[in-house]
Amino acid sequence: MWNIEKSRRQKAVGRKQKAESGRPLWLARRPVVICLLLTAFCLLPSACRQDMQDQPRYNAYRASTTFSDGASARPLVEGTIPRGWLREDELYYTGKMSGAQARAQAGATSTAQATTPNMQGNTSSQPSGGSVTNVSGNNAGGNLGTQQGGPGNAAAQQDATMFPFPITQDVLTRGQQRYNIYCSMCHGMTGYGDGMIVRRGFRRPPSYHDERLRAAPVGHFFDVITNGWGAMPDYAAQIPVQDRWAIIAYVRALQLSQQVNKSEVPPEKLNQPQGGGGQTEGGGERH
Amino acid sequence: MPQIFHRSTNTLAKLSIFGGLFILAFAAWCLAEINRSSWNTGAFVEREQPVQFSHKHHVGDDGIDCRYCHTSVETSAWAGMPPTKTCMNCHAQIWNDSPYLEIVRTSWRTNKPIEWTRVHDLPDYVYFNHSIHVNKGVGCSTCHGRVDQMPIVYQYASLQMEWCLQCHRDPARYLRPRDQVFNMAWQAENAAAENKTEAQLAQGRQLFNAYHVRHKAILQSCSTCHR
Repeated sequence: MWNIEKSRRQKAVGRKQKAESGRPLWLARRPVVICLLLTAFCLLPSACRQDMQDQPRYNAYRASTTFSDGASARPLVEGTIPRGWLREDELYYTGKMSGAQARAQAGATSTAQATTPNMQGNTSSQPSGGSVTNVSGNNAGGNLGTQQGGPGNAAAQQDATMFPFPITQDVLTRGQQRYNIYCSMCHGMTGYGDGMIVRRGFRRPPSYHDERLRAAPVGHFFDVITNGWGAMPDYAAQIPVQDRWAIIAYVRALQLSQQVNKSEVPPEKLNQPQGGGGQTEGGGERH
Repeated sequence: MPQIFHRSTNTLAKLSIFGGLFILAFAAWCLAEINRSSWNTGAFVEREQPVQFSHKHHVGDDGIDCRYCHTSVETSAWAGMPPTKTCMNCHAQIWNDSPYLEIVRTSWRTNKPIEWTRVHDLPDYVYFNHSIHVNKGVGCSTCHGRVDQMPIVYQYASLQMEWCLQCHRDPARYLRPRDQVFNMAWQAENAAAENKTEAQLAQGRQLFNAYHVRHKAILQSCSTCHR
């Protein structure tokens, strides 16, 4: 027992001597060195390495050196139609109706008209003087052949005089909200064209309560939102198609609100403040 | 051999072991505070931008809604940085010869995007989606602060995980009605409640159920954010 112990000690001493004589010190003191290295590694500020935080991928809006404009997001190749973006419904996506379609839809969407008597009534009961031949009363065909397309061109696109879908209270509420976000800045909260941006110097838009705009078909409003008009830029990128129609419905409601007789308003609705759904106060309220 | 240390040093030695714990705890606390400080998180540091765009002016003074520019905040993970076109909607006519806007006009002419300085940058291993928060009643100002009072935008929150979790543990403390999400100044009000906190909690709990916010266990699950 003692012998074994002794020989072990001798071996150890021998090893040590060997190390001191032949091998470098750091190898001999390996455990100490490793401990020191580990400590140093732990002390390294972890913030120095951001590989996980900033992974080599393109997030939205991240710049790229690959393309000349410096943007990683690429515009669509011209003529590409993303899946689900085939815009077949002419009325819905353009606010226009070709002649034959206009006549067909005038009959087909009579249910839609029935649910929105105020909207439609406001649209077609006030034709602008002389320029519109109102053929059949509350009929979308009433505007046919009288506007820029001209008679004789059956495929000419006319501004639609009807909404592509029924206007419900939900649509109107959505329209009010979107109107207050995107339109009230110039057109004002009530559509008189006295919004904050106008007060700051932008060219004053016409009031929605002018005779011309009260008589304008809904397709005209759709065209203006989509393509711009005069000083107004287009809002096609900011307002999706569904919301454009909702806004137009709300514009119709605004127009009605300034024409309605007080006796027609339900008594409980009188003097009830109509807030903009908690929006930050933008244009001037006029009531 | 005489004793080098006096007998009382025994007590000191024992105390120093105990005191060492406090020193360690204090050091840990200092590290945690440094980690939380804006020196580390970048919070409350105003970021200079290539164009001197003031949210205080556009939101606070003019009353432009957040969504006029950040159009995709309700439908997408990203709130949406407005393209130069959005600036030109108004600035084609207003301040259209201001030298401050030369960068905007150059961008408009050359079709090259303005390179804004990023203010909020979550690590790439965190999934964050604006639309779900906005649609469940988390207000803009809850996370971004009173942007309508910031001439130069800064990061209002630490954006650290503990900050995310303080809401994910109990969303009722922050939820507000959906139609007030974009209202910068909104505060819960309830005549019956004793104070603002009580009012917020009462309404928040109600909204938590009404908006079908997921169970807290799911909100706190690792894979909710680290997916």
